[in-house]
Amino acid sequence: METILSISSALCLLIGSFLCLSGGVGILRFPDFYTRMHAVGVTDTLAAAMILIGLMLQGPEWIAILKLIMILLMTLFISPTASHALAQAAIRNSLWPLIDTQQETAEEKSHRTPS
Amino acid sequence: MFAVVMLSGIYGLLSASFFVVMDAVDVAFTEASVGAGISTLLMLTAVAMTGRTEHVTRHKPYLAFAVVFVTGCLLIYGTLDMPYFGSPDAPSHQHVAPRYINDSMQETGMPNMVTSVLASYRGFDTFGEVTVIFTAGIGVLALLSVVRGRESDAEIETLNDSMHEQYLILRIVIKMLIPFILLYAFYVQFHGDFGPGGGFQAGVIFASAIILYVMLFGLGTARRVINQSFIQILSAIGVLIYGCVGLVSILNGGSFLDYSVLSDDALAGQHLGILLIELGVGCTVASVMIIIFFKFAERNEYIQSKNGKST
Amino acid sequence: MLIAATLAILVVMILAIIRGVLGPTLYDRILAVNMFGTKTVLLISLLGFVMGRPEFLDIAMVYALINFVSVICILRYSDAFGFKPQEKDS
Repeated sequence: METILSISSALCLLIGSFLCLSGGVGILRFPDFYTRMHAVGVTDTLAAAMILIGLMLQGPEWIAILKLIMILLMTLFISPTASHALAQAAIRNSLWPLIDTQQETAEEKSHRTPS
Repeated sequence: MFAVVMLSGIYGLLSASFFVVMDAVDVAFTEASVGAGISTLLMLTAVAMTGRTEHVTRHKPYLAFAVVFVTGCLLIYGTLDMPYFGSPDAPSHQHVAPRYINDSMQETGMPNMVTSVLASYRGFDTFGEVTVIFTAGIGVLALLSVVRGRESDAEIETLNDSMHEQYLILRIVIKMLIPFILLYAFYVQFHGDFGPGGGFQAGVIFASAIILYVMLFGLGTARRVINQSFIQILSAIGVLIYGCVGLVSILNGGSFLDYSVLSDDALAGQHLGILLIELGVGCTVASVMIIIFFKFAERNEYIQSKNGKST
Repeated sequence: MLIAATLAILVVMILAIIRGVLGPTLYDRILAVNMFGTKTVLLISLLGFVMGRPEFLDIAMVYALINFVSVICILRYSDAFGFKPQEKDS
């Protein structure tokens, strides 16, 4: 039982850290605000859940596990809501996403003008 | 300006992580709630009120720069006299700290040493801090009160409907979260004797829940829920509770803020006293924060309505 | 394994700070602060387990709340500024 618990907890922590790292690479490397937010918003929730579950499996006493569950619930509520509010505010203040078609037309124009 | 506020928020989070690493749980708790949360919030409202960019000044402020430079040099010179960081010979490590660490458990019966130091040994200092916060609230009230006519219900309703469409999801989630935040604030308030927490932190958490409500449901609705004059009275009541505990302990034959005489048993008296003054601190901090935020938001609304009329 | 996860989160926090300092628009900065906050929550709860002091979970919970409150506040007031993405925020 002990070994199963510790192995599964280690697995959860590993997946969580991997997701965290991929989110961190995403926030740095993606081209515009909305893709960055996608990278963070998608990985953040699952990474937090995985790490917290991994900790729960190691939890020494029930009060710590209860608090972890509270934190988990709070993160599950809060982080999608914050992402939603952020995207909405950005759209409302006319920050437009980088759209592929615009780039293509720009490229076409630049091809056309020299010819 | 905005970026500076943002980065100061990050700094608050980072320094709290420092304190966690150095095992100072209570300090980290305070830094988390005050440094990272409320101060960022109030700075943002202040920036929203004054505008994002500084006016260009013509004269070069050489004199001010010189004064700042000299003061900085004097301060650095002053620190040269201080003992090395973490040195065991420092005066604060010689006689006070061992007494706090060794005897606080027997003298006050509190498992959390920080609370007993803050509320019992250093009761005068904490009283001063509460008074400072109260004074800040009075100052904001005096400077920023706006005379406004009564709003009609229909106006509030239309504003409410437009905001309801704008912030639909946020509103629903926050409606679910606010009871938990308030409950958690009370847990922090009354759990302060045993774990990290206490009046200051609980007050800030409580105020942040109310501020969330104000931001998403509009000032008009919030003014109906929360009575302004009641909060102003509450902030004074907090200071009064603290002072009265001190006076009662004088009447019972001790010195000011000496809780041992409050009850027959010295330990129970200490416990009662600390609980009461934490309550006072919590009341004052929460209500002053709410007052400051309300006044800032009202001022913003006033400026916006004036701009709207003039254009 | 706890230590490895802590290190991973520290690396991610550094990446988020870089984005917050670089961030071409205001919203990138807010995003970085938000991410930094959630990572701090995780870091504190992990540290609590590494150092064997479960009281740290209280602080983590306060963080989760406070972070949310400040992000909402920033968004609410960024509307009031009428911020346009054309002007580069410095």
